[in-house]
Amino acid sequence: METVLAFVIGILFAVGIYLMMRRSLVKLIIGLGVLGHAANLLIFTVGRLTRGEPPLIGKHEEVLSGTFADPLPQALILTAIVIGFGVQVFAAVLIKSAYRIVGTDDLDEMKSTDETQP
Amino acid sequence: MNILLILPILVPFITAILCLFFWGRVHFQERLTVAGMLILLIIGIALLSDVHENGIQTAQLGSWEAPFGITFAADMLSSIMVTITGLMGLMTALYSVVGMDETRERFGYYPLLNILLMGVCGAFLTGDVFNLYVWFEVMLIASFVLLALGGERAQLEGAIKYVTLNLVSSAIFLMATGILYSVTGTLNMADLHLVVGDVKQPGLVTVLAMMFLVAFGIKAAIFPLFFWLPASYHTPPVAVTTIFSGLLTKVGVYALIRFFTLIFVHDTNYTHTLILIASGFTMVVGVFGAVSQLEMRRLLSFHIVSQIGYLLMGLGIFTAASLAASIFFMVHVIIAKSALFLVSGVVNRLSGTYDLKKLGGLYKASPTLSILFFVPAMALAGIPPLSGFWAKFALVRAGLEAEDYLIVAISLFVSVFTLYSMIKIWSEAFLKKPKVTPGQINFREADWLQMLFPLAVLAGLTLVLGIAVDPVYQLAQEAAEQLMNPTLYVTTVLGGE
Repeated sequence: METVLAFVIGILFAVGIYLMMRRSLVKLIIGLGVLGHAANLLIFTVGRLTRGEPPLIGKHEEVLSGTFADPLPQALILTAIVIGFGVQVFAAVLIKSAYRIVGTDDLDEMKSTDETQP
Repeated sequence: MNILLILPILVPFITAILCLFFWGRVHFQERLTVAGMLILLIIGIALLSDVHENGIQTAQLGSWEAPFGITFAADMLSSIMVTITGLMGLMTALYSVVGMDETRERFGYYPLLNILLMGVCGAFLTGDVFNLYVWFEVMLIASFVLLALGGERAQLEGAIKYVTLNLVSSAIFLMATGILYSVTGTLNMADLHLVVGDVKQPGLVTVLAMMFLVAFGIKAAIFPLFFWLPASYHTPPVAVTTIFSGLLTKVGVYALIRFFTLIFVHDTNYTHTLILIASGFTMVVGVFGAVSQLEMRRLLSFHIVSQIGYLLMGLGIFTAASLAASIFFMVHVIIAKSALFLVSGVVNRLSGTYDLKKLGGLYKASPTLSILFFVPAMALAGIPPLSGFWAKFALVRAGLEAEDYLIVAISLFVSVFTLYSMIKIWSEAFLKKPKVTPGQINFREADWLQMLFPLAVLAGLTLVLGIAVDPVYQLAQEAAEQLMNPTLYVTTVLGGE
């Protein structure tokens, strides 16, 4: 399972970075989203995959015993997903208004702030 | 549980909520924000004196003991940074009352400013890596909106670059956090200090250190990851640029100092030498970028990059003296650079442009403003007896003691160009005969004084910091000693193990 996920994560990173290198604004935002998912999936995988072992303390036990899934990486991912969602929504609104004001979705045209002359 | 650790986050949060309740009443929001920032500054000073007298303070949120819950910890570095955050918040709020246009104020400028400061204070006080990520995001989202608020063309172009690079940095930060947890099984910074040394794959730890270096390096704008900063920082109104330049990049530097004194000290030969090399390039590239600029705010933005190099130089040399110098430098540069940005705002109000070629004759138009520019500009260049001289002097001395002669030479070489570019602004904007006459002061006397007041305070502080170096420098030294002996921090957080 780890091997499969490792490939999935690798492909997601490649796709995300490729999309970010494109000149189109929309592809840039999609690329950022994919990159975020790749990062989340990475945390999920390195947090060790365990199947069918919920971290529940048995009725007559004081502490967890045996193998169990670590809930913390999943809590981290949940937080990261929520944050990523908010940021992506903002980014979508940003590119919409940038497109409206600047009149292009080509990143190469958006270099007025980089020029030496004001 | 020490309430002083929570208040720097609660106060801006509550102020922001109150501002939202009074959405339509902008002037009331102004007063609320100024009051909130004043309280924040007072809390910062109280925290600083508490930590100074009683040592490092901690708070375990939800009473979950460290390392299981979220820990807040304030050592000297954190408290110094919280205090300066309060000061910067207050000065920016005071300037915004007159300097910010009403449209932006009506669309939530003040609530956003408060949220931004909440994120900054949270980042300074947290003792947990993932919690740091969350505070970074709080701060970033507020800064995204502040940067784009107003929707001018340049702002939106700048915002796209800023948002993209910061999201990439956040993704790297998040990945590094996840891998760090899987390797060590903890995210509490104090606990990490104990565990990182025992990891069986030291190579992996170095890779993680580099991932954090890149993630925070993007946020702190170090070479070669700085290019988003001069492309975006000059686009929003000056009050926003001021708070960004004063605090946001410095949060990145703070995180670097924290991580590379507390967690990643297993292979300082490699990691800290790399930081030192990056700092040298950051200084040189930043200052050369600045020298070639003809727009006041862009010139100052490149200087932010250059100064970040100095801050990292102290971390790269990695002795108690050099860290103390870096911390003192950080206090100095936040104050001096903010004063300069605020001056550029007033200059624009007077002349309607930031272009050095078109500006001129400001000395005749307003001698007061000229002095308020001259003092922080010379402080930034490092002319005695101002604060910048002592900051650079301390850094150079620490560098010589550690026998890092090359970086010392570079830092002195860069100072000359800093002085050159400050004199360039001075002669172009203030002394030279104007091509367009500076407009008559077209606002009321009271507004004019209110605009100059925060400037005067900041310029005065660079002078005071220069004349009375000792008390502040001692605080910086105390902070550096705590950083160099992490055992104290660790035992305080983990409860005497």
